[in-house]
Amino acid sequence: MLKRKDLLGIKELERGEIEEILNTAVEMKKILKQNVKKVPHLQNKSVVILFHENSTRTRMSFELAAKFMSASASNISIATSSVQKGETLIDTGKTLDALMTDIIVIRHSAAGAPHLLARHVRAGVINAGDGMNEHPTQALLDMFTMRERFGQIEGLTVGIYGDILHSRVARSNIYGLNKMGAKVKVFGPETLLPSGLERLGVKKAGSMEELIEGSDVVMGLRIQLERQKKGLFPSIREYARYYGFTPERTRLLKKQALVMHPGPVNRGVEITTPVLELSQSVINEQVTNGVAVRMALLFLLTRGIRP
Amino acid sequence: MRIAIKGCKIFDRGDSKFDIIIEEDRIKQILPSVGANYSGFTEIEAGGLVALPGLFDIHCHLREPGYEYKEGIESGTKAAARGGFTSVACMSNTMPPADTASVIRYIIERAGQYGYCKVYPIACITKGQKGEELAEFGDLKEAGAVAFSDDGLPVENPLIMRNALLYAKSHGALIISHCEDKRLSDDGCANEGYNATIAGIKGIPAAAEEVMVARDVILAASLNARLHIAHVSTKGSVEIIRQAKKNGVKVTCETCPHYFAADDSLILDYNANAKVNPPLRGREDVEAVIEGIKDGTIDAIATDHAPHHVDDKNVEFCNAANGISGLETALSLSYTHLVKAGHIALSRLAQLMSAAPARILGLEPRELSDGRRADIALVDFESSFVIDSSQFLSKGKNTPFNGQKVYGAVACTINEGRIVYQDIMCQGR
Repeated sequence: MLKRKDLLGIKELERGEIEEILNTAVEMKKILKQNVKKVPHLQNKSVVILFHENSTRTRMSFELAAKFMSASASNISIATSSVQKGETLIDTGKTLDALMTDIIVIRHSAAGAPHLLARHVRAGVINAGDGMNEHPTQALLDMFTMRERFGQIEGLTVGIYGDILHSRVARSNIYGLNKMGAKVKVFGPETLLPSGLERLGVKKAGSMEELIEGSDVVMGLRIQLERQKKGLFPSIREYARYYGFTPERTRLLKKQALVMHPGPVNRGVEITTPVLELSQSVINEQVTNGVAVRMALLFLLTRGIRP
Repeated sequence: MRIAIKGCKIFDRGDSKFDIIIEEDRIKQILPSVGANYSGFTEIEAGGLVALPGLFDIHCHLREPGYEYKEGIESGTKAAARGGFTSVACMSNTMPPADTASVIRYIIERAGQYGYCKVYPIACITKGQKGEELAEFGDLKEAGAVAFSDDGLPVENPLIMRNALLYAKSHGALIISHCEDKRLSDDGCANEGYNATIAGIKGIPAAAEEVMVARDVILAASLNARLHIAHVSTKGSVEIIRQAKKNGVKVTCETCPHYFAADDSLILDYNANAKVNPPLRGREDVEAVIEGIKDGTIDAIATDHAPHHVDDKNVEFCNAANGISGLETALSLSYTHLVKAGHIALSRLAQLMSAAPARILGLEPRELSDGRRADIALVDFESSFVIDSSQFLSKGKNTPFNGQKVYGAVACTINEGRIVYQDIMCQGR
């Protein structure tokens, strides 16, 4: 049973904990499908969303998850906060504690920032993405989506392609899928693959074709177009040709396979419009599932907190 | 001051016990211990302790002038004395940087006010450590600079480095190179490899260090110039230097305790006290550094003592300052991980931490023999203790070794015939 103050990463979770979150999310998804999407489980709880990086879906998803659970949800906009006055993360955390916050949802460009915060605050901390480290709720919603479709994760082959090096989504998924008994293949240009990849328990594919063939799930990652300037790939054109999910490659896709992407997508780069429009594409379903998974997490992490 | 150290062992003379008689700043005599009393002398009962020549740190940061909130010459030299050091060479990256004779003279004068240990300033290679114009080597050397280094801001332009090595020859000056191609380390914060990958921290490849080691070795070789390489941390660097020495290049190098007593797994919980530059490396590198120490490729052990205020460390890992407070742990970490672990003898450790650094800087090596300068560290190698950074005399409490059990506590340090540090046990003796 999940008995933690914080959710910092999938790395730290055990399989049983992942299963408990996913099981709880099944119930939460039912609530989302109801006419009245509101339950009282988090009444009197305060959730603060502290994002040091831009986001649409993750931020909205957490905010809505908190609201559907009857918590008060507050957003801190970094641009207008004391962070601009040089306040340290620890001091911001202590302030939020003093404001009687129960859960802090943090996104930060520095790996380990949620861990630092969690060590210094009373409130529970949920990592909504820290640098290149982890994005645990994304992996949970991805696994939820796979389990919903296939009934179980054990035995699936998941192909993840693109900028593995910089991707916290890839890392969290690799940890989670390994723990749940799936096989993970990855593909990307060598400049965008992390050092020590073999030791992460994944197989390296030699091409997009090899990645797609035999995969039950094909998961694309967003490529930041700025990486071209750093010399990590020569052009968008070439990237799309060798490392993108082009329409021609769909012939290799298994009939029941899922096409996933954490969003936002670069249409025509890592994924193309015809692929996005395939019936196997579940990118919007992922977004809905994200709310359910976050409701489950908020519920599980605040269970022990007395009013 | 007249001191009699009674019944100590001497680091290179086996288990026999000796008395060391000190008058003024010199060792008057070392004689076999027969339990004699020395009236009129300050007596130190040293049963069980081992006398080492006063240690010499070839690379530390005392932070003064400019960063006194991190460390000062007083606190830094006190910490040095506690660590068994009687001499330290301090790096040039102060504020203002040590690129003028007046800063060099200031440092020497301030150190003299306290006398905990001798301080030998290292001056900048280039004015303002900007990597553009050479600093005034002649003037700086005359003021007391013992070597030249831009340390953390390595000379990027190979032509400037070549000129520095060449001009240094005219002044008998030594260039110390912090080898790092900043374009390769980019904004990395940890050793590139599995541990950085799973921590999600951008890696610094070993090649960032190695390409500049290779560059500077080639430049030094082509000019027949002397070169000292700071804090060697990778297998590749050790191999390049080993080969260069075989080829007769006049290159020497140092490493630091954290490159053989720790590895990059310490970053996994984002402990900013494990953040240092060069970064803690992988196991293979650690083994290669130990091998380099054993076969003589590595000449010296330096602390790279880099004290920081807690506020500079208590932030996100990638935003934290680089550096480890090392003066008070260097000897015990080195003894525990090198001598006690069976890699080298104690006499070799003394060479690495005392004689070799002095020799590299062209200074008289500290020796335990009659008539020599009385620079002595008395050390307890028998009992273990746990490193507790809250007890550091340095202002910098930043160490990843807190809580580690080690051997080799310094009981007493004597600098030029004066007791500059004594632990409680020793005071009671």
